[in-house]
Amino acid sequence: MPELIFQLAIILTKIVTLTFIVVLPLVPLSVYFERRFSAIIQDRVGPNRVGIPLSLLGFKKDFHMFGLVQPMADGLKLFLKEDFTPAHVRKAFYWLAPALTVVPALITVCVVPFGSPISIFGHAEKLVIADIDAGPLFVFAVSSLTVYGITLAGWSSNSKFPFIGGVRSTAQMISYEISLGLSIIPVLLYFGDLNLSKIVQHQADNGWLLLPFWKDGKIGLPDLQTAMFWIPAFIAFLIFTVSIFAETNRMPFDLPECETELVGGYHTEYSSMKFALFFMGEYAAMVIGSALIITLFLGGWSVGFGLDQYISQLHIGSFHFGGLIHMGCFLTKLLAFILFFILVRWTVPRFRYDQLMKLGWVIFFEAALINVFLAALIIAAPSLSTPIIAAGAILLAVVTGAIIWVAKVSEDQPKPLRA
Amino acid sequence: MPSYLFWLFSTIMLIGGAAVIAFRNPVSSALSMVTCFVGLAGLFIGLSAFFVGIIQILVYTGAVMVLFLFIIMLLDLKDEEKRARGFAPLAAGLALVVAFVVQLVGILSQSADKTAPDLDKQTLTNAAAQFPKDSKIAEALTDGRLPDIHLIGHTLFTQYNLPLQLLGVLLLVATIGVVTLSKRQAD
Repeated sequence: MPELIFQLAIILTKIVTLTFIVVLPLVPLSVYFERRFSAIIQDRVGPNRVGIPLSLLGFKKDFHMFGLVQPMADGLKLFLKEDFTPAHVRKAFYWLAPALTVVPALITVCVVPFGSPISIFGHAEKLVIADIDAGPLFVFAVSSLTVYGITLAGWSSNSKFPFIGGVRSTAQMISYEISLGLSIIPVLLYFGDLNLSKIVQHQADNGWLLLPFWKDGKIGLPDLQTAMFWIPAFIAFLIFTVSIFAETNRMPFDLPECETELVGGYHTEYSSMKFALFFMGEYAAMVIGSALIITLFLGGWSVGFGLDQYISQLHIGSFHFGGLIHMGCFLTKLLAFILFFILVRWTVPRFRYDQLMKLGWVIFFEAALINVFLAALIIAAPSLSTPIIAAGAILLAVVTGAIIWVAKVSEDQPKPLRA
Repeated sequence: MPSYLFWLFSTIMLIGGAAVIAFRNPVSSALSMVTCFVGLAGLFIGLSAFFVGIIQILVYTGAVMVLFLFIIMLLDLKDEEKRARGFAPLAAGLALVVAFVVQLVGILSQSADKTAPDLDKQTLTNAAAQFPKDSKIAEALTDGRLPDIHLIGHTLFTQYNLPLQLLGVLLLVATIGVVTLSKRQAD
């Protein structure tokens, strides 16, 4: 029994620390970064004043902290605003929808490996809440539930523009889930494993998927197969990243909340904290999406350059603290990727809806499929004879050409139906 | 799986299932169905079938039911909510339930009352002998973990390879059929 309680306590600590102390603060932090970074891009200053009001306590100057307290002030404002429920909404669903957008995003945190194991007094503990053997699939499955929140928000608001926003969002998320799932198949083929901790460990030992320049602690050029695999890996990375943008409803794919056409999209009728929950859900999804991209393609918590072995062995007495350094590395990469998300939002114009659907169904879906075969050919090549490899390569080229031709032909406008 | 989790998830499932037919509003019914599927996925995961449970959520909850909801929301729900229920559908439903229960009782009374072996380290290590020594499956099994995804893949691609390919072709034909039907021009 004490053993069970000890384990439960550890799990609870991990959930509280990793979800509520590490990931949740990243949400207001990325809102702050969004505002400051967009200000830099647009040659403004942005929120740089809200800090600790020391002048209230009789000091001469306030301590502004570069405006880092701004998100807290915003959150407070949203909590204190009037929570208005319009009379024409379907109440139960209207209340349920914001929760359904935030909860799945936070549940997915549980499979993300934040760092290598840390150990105290010989007791090793992995820095991941649930180390399950179906990591990426779990993330896809749970985050596919987010669509219910947005759809229900649109429908329950019982008014025109939110409804169009909700319908757009449903179609968009379903379409991009397909390319999202297909694009990581080459990656999973390469690692031969669906456990995210093992995928990261493999990258720490053998070089990141997109930077395979070290092996077993020595920097050097990759062998031919790994070098060849870089091509499908990069295609997968491109498709996956763009699909994550579409899945999280971020610019340039934020058609569901496109303000020039739909007022505010699915959250038009929402106010106060319910409105803020939609934003929290979007930012949380962005954080998790970035975490997944980093874990699969950019080495997760791995520092790289063959230093990981050395860092894992660092210790003071019996306390191996290397995992904390790895966690710091992971969070640095995460912040960098969030900044990339923000950069794209403020520099790329919004797509048209038909362009969005075309990108998803005509370009990404086919590209991801071809990429699967390319990756399979490269992985299987060492055990095949040269003629078979050549035949496979020619076949792949022919199929690619045929698909490009079909995509071109399908661009011809169909004749309008006679009524 | 601890038995209280089994009871929790089966209760969720049963409540969801009952709510599907109890609600008047089709959107509520669809959401109850989603609840039911989530409960079912919980039961699968409790049986160490992580892959099946996750695919249950990914395919049925994340894709099929979303499309259902999508279609339902585009319909006029007022008519549906007002529609009175006749006796005939109720009777047909009850008859189906009775037939199913009779079948279940028939099968259960004839099958032997055996308990499956626990998934402890000993059972798993013994099972590892059936696979090549250095394969991923054998490694995981000797580690005392159940590599359910690898096992499903292995079974599908060795034992059921031909049916799998045929199913793939069938799905492809269905997809192409849908595309041609929806793109057919009237002239």
